[in-house]
Amino acid sequence: MTDSTESTGHTAPKLRLGNDDGWAYAPAPESTDHVELRERYGLFIDGEFTDAADGRTFETANPATEEKIAEVALASDADVDRAVAAARRAYDEVWSQLAPRERGKYVYRIARVLQERSRELAITESLDGGKPIRESRDVDIPLAAAHFFYYAGWADKLDYAFPGRGARPLGVAGQVIPWNFPLLMAAWKIAPAIAAGNTVVLKPAETTPLTALKLAEIIRDAGLPPGVVNIVTGAGETGASVVQHQDVDKVAFTGSTEVGKLIRRALAGSGKHYTLELGGKAANLVFEDAAVDQAVEGIVNGIFFNQGHVCCAGSRLLVQESVADEVISKLKDRMETLIVGDPLDKNTDIGAINSRAQLDRIEEYLEIGEAEGAEPFQTSCPVPDRGYWCRPTLFLQASQSHRVVQEEIFGPVLAVQTFRTVDEGIAMANNTPYGLSGGVWSDKGAKAFRVTSRIRAGVLWANTYNKFDPTAPFGGYKESGIGREGGLAGLHAYLQPEQAA
Amino acid sequence: MQLSPSGARVESPPIDAVGVEERVARLCSRSIKKDAKLQALHLTLSMIDLTTLEGADSEGKVRQLCAKALQLHAALPELPHVAAVCVYPALVGVAKRALEGSGINVASVATSFPAGQAPIEIKLLEVRKAVEAGADEVDMVISRGRFLAGDFAYTADEIASVKEACGEAHLKVILETGELGTLDAVRRASDLAMRSGADFIKTSTGKIKPAATMPVVLVMLEAIRDHYLRTGEKIGMKPAGGISTAKDAIRHLVMVRETLGQDWLDPDLYRFGASSLANDVLRQIVKQRSGIYQSFDDFSL
Repeated sequence: MTDSTESTGHTAPKLRLGNDDGWAYAPAPESTDHVELRERYGLFIDGEFTDAADGRTFETANPATEEKIAEVALASDADVDRAVAAARRAYDEVWSQLAPRERGKYVYRIARVLQERSRELAITESLDGGKPIRESRDVDIPLAAAHFFYYAGWADKLDYAFPGRGARPLGVAGQVIPWNFPLLMAAWKIAPAIAAGNTVVLKPAETTPLTALKLAEIIRDAGLPPGVVNIVTGAGETGASVVQHQDVDKVAFTGSTEVGKLIRRALAGSGKHYTLELGGKAANLVFEDAAVDQAVEGIVNGIFFNQGHVCCAGSRLLVQESVADEVISKLKDRMETLIVGDPLDKNTDIGAINSRAQLDRIEEYLEIGEAEGAEPFQTSCPVPDRGYWCRPTLFLQASQSHRVVQEEIFGPVLAVQTFRTVDEGIAMANNTPYGLSGGVWSDKGAKAFRVTSRIRAGVLWANTYNKFDPTAPFGGYKESGIGREGGLAGLHAYLQPEQAA
Repeated sequence: MQLSPSGARVESPPIDAVGVEERVARLCSRSIKKDAKLQALHLTLSMIDLTTLEGADSEGKVRQLCAKALQLHAALPELPHVAAVCVYPALVGVAKRALEGSGINVASVATSFPAGQAPIEIKLLEVRKAVEAGADEVDMVISRGRFLAGDFAYTADEIASVKEACGEAHLKVILETGELGTLDAVRRASDLAMRSGADFIKTSTGKIKPAATMPVVLVMLEAIRDHYLRTGEKIGMKPAGGISTAKDAIRHLVMVRETLGQDWLDPDLYRFGASSLANDVLRQIVKQRSGIYQSFDDFSL
C-alpha cells in the first residue's frame, strides 16, 4: 500500500469533492412557518405606517424564485418631506431634550428585540435578498444587534468618549443604504445616529426593504418617540430626495462609488455633513510563508461571502509566484465543495444574486474578462432553474490592466494575479482607484505588520478576512469613500465638530 | 526536517490554529438530515474499531465485545458490521477465534501502548507476537518524548522498523496528539508517519485528553490530502478517543467528505476508534426509522 509511489504513474491524483457524487447532503431548508410577512408595507413616518401620498407602490421579489413577496410604498418628494419634518419635530421637541441615559435605554431595547426576533429576521433577510441563511443567521442579524448594543452603551457617555468638548448631535440625518446587508446597514446607520441624539430618515434599497420595515415595527413596539426613526422606501429618486432635502443636517450613504460621486457633487456648498462608504477592489496578498490551507479558506471567505456582494470583498487575489500553483490548485478544490442554491437551505454556501440587474452586470464582466484574455474557471456545482445564480468564478492570468482587475464586479468573481517580491505585491495592491480593505497572509508576524502598514486602505486583515465588529472603525481611502463608521469614529460622525474656544 | 523519502517537500507547511478552528466551525454548521443522515449512520457503523483497552480486559470481556461486533443490534440484523475489534496483544488470539470468517478484522495495539516507553527491541517483538497471533492491523504509538525533543530521525526509523515487523498487517501510527502541544507538531508528525510507512495515521491512544478534537483531525486530513496529491498514495485516518455520539461522527464524515472527498468515505480509509459510539449510532438509526428514541437499555453493552 505505501510502496506504490512509482506505480501510480500517469493519471494525476484527483479528489472527488463534487456535491452530486456519492454521499450527498439532503436538503435542509429552514422552516418559514412562523415568519409573518404582510402583502403590503407602508412608509414608516412619525411612528406610523402610512401609504405614499400619491399611492404609488413597487414590488419586492425573492431573487431565488423570482416570485413577488410584497408590495411596498414608493415614497415621493412629498413623503420624504413629511418624514424629514417628523424627524425635525422629534429632534427639537423630544429626542434632544431627553436625558442621554433614557435615550440609551431605547437603543438597548431595540437591540434586545432584534435578538429575540433574530430567527424571523434572518429568514426574511434571506427571502428578500437571496443571501444564505447561514450568513443572515450567523453574521447579519447578530452583528446588527451588536451595533445597537454597542452604541446604546455610549449614549450617556459622550463626554467620556470625547472629553471636554460638550458633545452635541447634528440634528436630522438622512441615510441611504444598499441591498447587500440590508438590516446590518440599517443598524450601522441608525444606532450611532440616535445614540448620539440625532433623529433619522432612512431609505433602504428597493430590492431589499423588508427587514428595514420589520425594524420599523420593532422600533414602534419598543416605544420610541414618534419621528425619531423614519423609514421611507423607494428607489434612487427617493434616495436623492432624502439626500437633497433642505432640512437634513447630515447625509450618510453606503453604496456605489458612482452614486457617491453624485451625492458629493450635490452636497457641495450645502453645509451638510456627510460620510460616504463606497466601492472597493481589495487585494488579498498571499505570501509564500503563509499557512496555505488557512489562506485558501480566507480567500474563499473574502470573495464568496454573500455572493461577493460585499464592498470590502477580497476580489483580487495576489499570490506569490513560488506558491501560486499550490494555492490555486487548492483553491479550486475548495471551491468544488461550495454549494450554490436555495438561500434558505442551511447547507447553502452561495445564495442567489440579489437582482436581475446585478446578475446582468456580473455576466457582462464574465464576458469582459474572457475578451481581455483572462482564463475563466467555474465550479461544476449545479444551480436551480429559476432565480438569479452565478457559480463561484476565478479569472486566472489576470493582469493589472484588465477591467476585471480594476473595476468592482460585486459578484462571486475573483481575479487572480501573481507577484514576485514583497514590494511588487504591495505596489500591485495599491494600484487601484479604491482603498477600502485588504488582506495579508503570512506566518511571519513582523512581515504581516510591515505589509499591512504600507497598503493604503481603511481596513486591513492579517491571516483572516471579513471580520466585523461594532468597535472597529470601517471606511475607505480614495474612491472608496470618506469618513468612518463603527467604533468611536462612527459616533464622532454624528456629533457637531469641535468648536474653537 | 530532512527525512522525506519522496524528497518532494522537506518541511511541513505552517498551520494557523485560529484559521483551523474557523474552518472546523464552518464544517460543523452543515446540517445533515433524512437520507443523508441515515446513510452517514450506516457508514459510521461500518467504520468503527470496537475497542477495549483496559488492564482488566479478560478473555470473557473480549468474547463479549466480539459478539457485539458480530451482531450490533438483534432487532436490526441487516446493519453493516463494524470494521474491526481492537484489543491488547495478549487477547488477539481470543478475538481472532471469535471473529473467524466474519470479515471483521482484529486490530492490536502494540509497541508498549500507551506510553511507548520501552526499548525498540521489545516493541518490535510485541508487534511480531501480535501479528503471529493473527492481528490484521497493528496500532503503534510513536515515542512522543523523542519527537518533542526534535529527534525526528528516531521517530521515522522507529515507524519504519515497526512497519517492517508488521509484515502483511496494516500499520496505524498513533501520534498521541494530546501530548504534541501544537497543530504544527501534529502536521509534522503526520507527514513523518506517512513518509515512514504508515497505512493509517491515528490521533490518540484514548488514554490522554484531549484526544480526537476536530481541529487536530482536520490538520491530519489535510496532511493526508497533500500526501495523496503529491504521491498518489491513499493513507487512512483514524480519530480515536472522545467521539461518543452519532452527531460527532457525522461531523467527522462531513469533514472527510469536504477535505479528502468521497474516496475516503470507506472503512478501508477511515475508522473511528471508539467504545460507546456504536450504541448512540444504533439509537439514532432506530429513531430515524421509528421516529422514537429508545432507552439505552434497549441496546446491548
